[in-house]
Amino acid sequence: MQSTSRNFKDNAHKALNDATLQRALLNVKSGFQENRARTVAGLPEFERLRDAGRDIKNHVLANLDFYLERFEENVTANGGHVHWCRTPAEAREKILEICKRREAKTVTKGKSMVAEEIGLNDYLEENGVEPIETDLGEYIIQLRHEPPSHIIAPAIHVTREQIAVDFRREHSDLDPNRRLEEPRDFTDEARAKLRDKYFAADVGITGANFLIAETGSTVIVTNEGNGDMTQLLGKAHVVIASLEKIVPTLEDASTILRLLARSATGQEMSVYTSFSTGPRRSEDRDGPEEFHVVLLDNGRSAMLGTEFQDMLRCIRCAACMNHCPVYEAVGGHAYGWVYPGPMGSVLTPSLIGVEEAGHLPNASTFCGRCESVCPMRIPLPKMMRHYRQREFEKGLSPQKARAGLSVWSYVATRPKLYRLATRLASGLLGRLGKVKGRLTTLPLAGGWTSVRDMPAPEGKTFHDLYRDRQAAKGGRE
Amino acid sequence: MAHPQPPESDPQSPSAPTAPAKSPRVGLFVTCLVDMFRPSIGFATLKLLEDAGCTVVVPAAQTCCGQPAFNSGDNKDTRAIATQVIEAFEGLDYVVAPSGSCAGMIREHYPELFADDPAMAQRAQHVAKRTYELTSFLVDVLGVTKVDAAMAGTVTYHDSCSGLRELEVKVQPRRLLAGVSGLSLTELPGAEVCCGFGGTFCVKYPEISDKMVTNKAEEIVATGADTLLAGDLGCLLNMAGKLKRLGAETKVRHVAEVLAGMTDTPAIGDPAASLPNKER
Ligand code: SF4
Repeated sequence: MQSTSRNFKDNAHKALNDATLQRALLNVKSGFQENRARTVAGLPEFERLRDAGRDIKNHVLANLDFYLERFEENVTANGGHVHWCRTPAEAREKILEICKRREAKTVTKGKSMVAEEIGLNDYLEENGVEPIETDLGEYIIQLRHEPPSHIIAPAIHVTREQIAVDFRREHSDLDPNRRLEEPRDFTDEARAKLRDKYFAADVGITGANFLIAETGSTVIVTNEGNGDMTQLLGKAHVVIASLEKIVPTLEDASTILRLLARSATGQEMSVYTSFSTGPRRSEDRDGPEEFHVVLLDNGRSAMLGTEFQDMLRCIRCAACMNHCPVYEAVGGHAYGWVYPGPMGSVLTPSLIGVEEAGHLPNASTFCGRCESVCPMRIPLPKMMRHYRQREFEKGLSPQKARAGLSVWSYVATRPKLYRLATRLASGLLGRLGKVKGRLTTLPLAGGWTSVRDMPAPEGKTFHDLYRDRQAAKGGRE
Repeated sequence: MAHPQPPESDPQSPSAPTAPAKSPRVGLFVTCLVDMFRPSIGFATLKLLEDAGCTVVVPAAQTCCGQPAFNSGDNKDTRAIATQVIEAFEGLDYVVAPSGSCAGMIREHYPELFADDPAMAQRAQHVAKRTYELTSFLVDVLGVTKVDAAMAGTVTYHDSCSGLRELEVKVQPRRLLAGVSGLSLTELPGAEVCCGFGGTFCVKYPEISDKMVTNKAEEIVATGADTLLAGDLGCLLNMAGKLKRLGAETKVRHVAEVLAGMTDTPAIGDPAASLPNKER
């Protein structure tokens, strides 16, 4: 996917001025935050589970090669294939090759962020294979020719009214006066439209929430059942997954599953948790004839051993963005690439470079709410700060800010000079704001006063007043 | 112009009943914003600490905790500033700041700054362990249960992010406010959501910051409280600035001012003349 992360500020400006989007974003709060809070409150061992989840993933990351090889062995033993792909291009080509071999005209797809990451749909279309998204949210944005704006609710930026317009336009064979208001109306209509496609599809492509080393299984969680149809009804099932999705055992997957849905949608479990272990066996009633796992690296192995390794614990639950006030203000598209919100502000610079995505780790107040809800205890603000350090060291941060900072640091490390500077500033601003108690415009502080007033200083600094007071008392310590 | 007069602490005033027998030597970390914008908060802090039986020292060699540099990725300058703070405060029993953000910086981040310098890391650790946000120091360390203050009216409270999530400051200010006679607290929905200040964030991304502080201001007004309190001046300047811009009547003060009974100064962003009678 092409990035527009460089234009974060413009993207954010547009998003903030888009009234429809702002209305849609209200759902983040009511839909996700409250549900998560309620479900988490109902599970006394939630905090202990978070520790356990973190430990499982830390162990995996320390032994990644071992578990990936175990996984491959077991997939192969089950009659499937693992394809190791370093780059998005390699992964795309491998998937196309499988589709071509099966002479696929259409492929059904379950929701996969990694497929977005490698730009799979466009590539398949360019090469004569029609991808059909089967997750309702993905289906909606495919109709709208938009990328997802959220990692578990890809169409959260769209209002129901907009979806109704899209459905009437695209499903022109249906009764134009039908009701399209409730979620159920949309689900039923999409389901009816998709039903035949499942049977016509030659290949089903899904992502994976987990890869299980001990069994060679892949796991997806869905609420619509579309994933099951996708992976069972195609002649070949292709799983596209990034390599950090691996866990050692079924037991480990269940531990993390207890965290996943609670953190994501506030459900105790998703409606469907589906395990795929190899292709159909002779005694099986159904299932795909071929089973492939396309394992993507795309820069992740380079994060191992760096200050960004912890990010690879991420299970894509979206709790961080669901609780992020910046995400809530601008929505997911403003971030400019596949992964939005706090996890994207760390992952995006890791995968496409801090030169391209430098805004993202800066566009945070470090309020820390993301870290406080992250089921895998990923220290997101700390890693964003690490990126700021890299930008500073590489001279990527804006020249004006750097110059200002260096003057400030010079003064701040010289207390006497600092006293003088603050005395002057406090006195001047105090006089300017004396009548109103605040300043409505202030040269060089446009970033502040363009949107809010600047309360005026009281006029003298604490240290001056304190010195006077101590002098009156006879001596300062 | 009417400067707030620094109050003389009254040796006769009843100190908190639970004050430790020995008077701890507490270094007041004033914070750069309090120093420059609102010394009243510094004097309120001083009074609260002295009333609780502390011997308060204000080291002259302090400026800022270094967050502007730290959060801009400039670790070298941050270390220089941190070193200055460590040197100024390391001889004292405690370091107390009327800010969760600056206390959090010293407590949570100073040690990691010196990961490559074991000797400094140890000194940083020493200071970090002794550093507290004001209300948490009063309640958690000194065991203060009641302050001697009165303020008529309804207040609401915003939990500033660093204090809340780095230092677990949540119940302490509320516990102390409960003892202020005449005061009632109406909780702010979304009290734990960031106000959009974020240090340099608010000037680097003013539009996003605006959206956040506008939401916050609307929620504050909707509580109907006549005064907004919080424990961090950065957030208070941001929220007061927005409330003023929106023409809201809500007064804005640092919690220390109320706890110290020092509400005779104009509220944040207010001119001296508009001082409401009930606060006189
Ligand atoms: S960073 Fe944490 S909260 Fe965010 S998506 Fe990943 S696991 Fe979930």
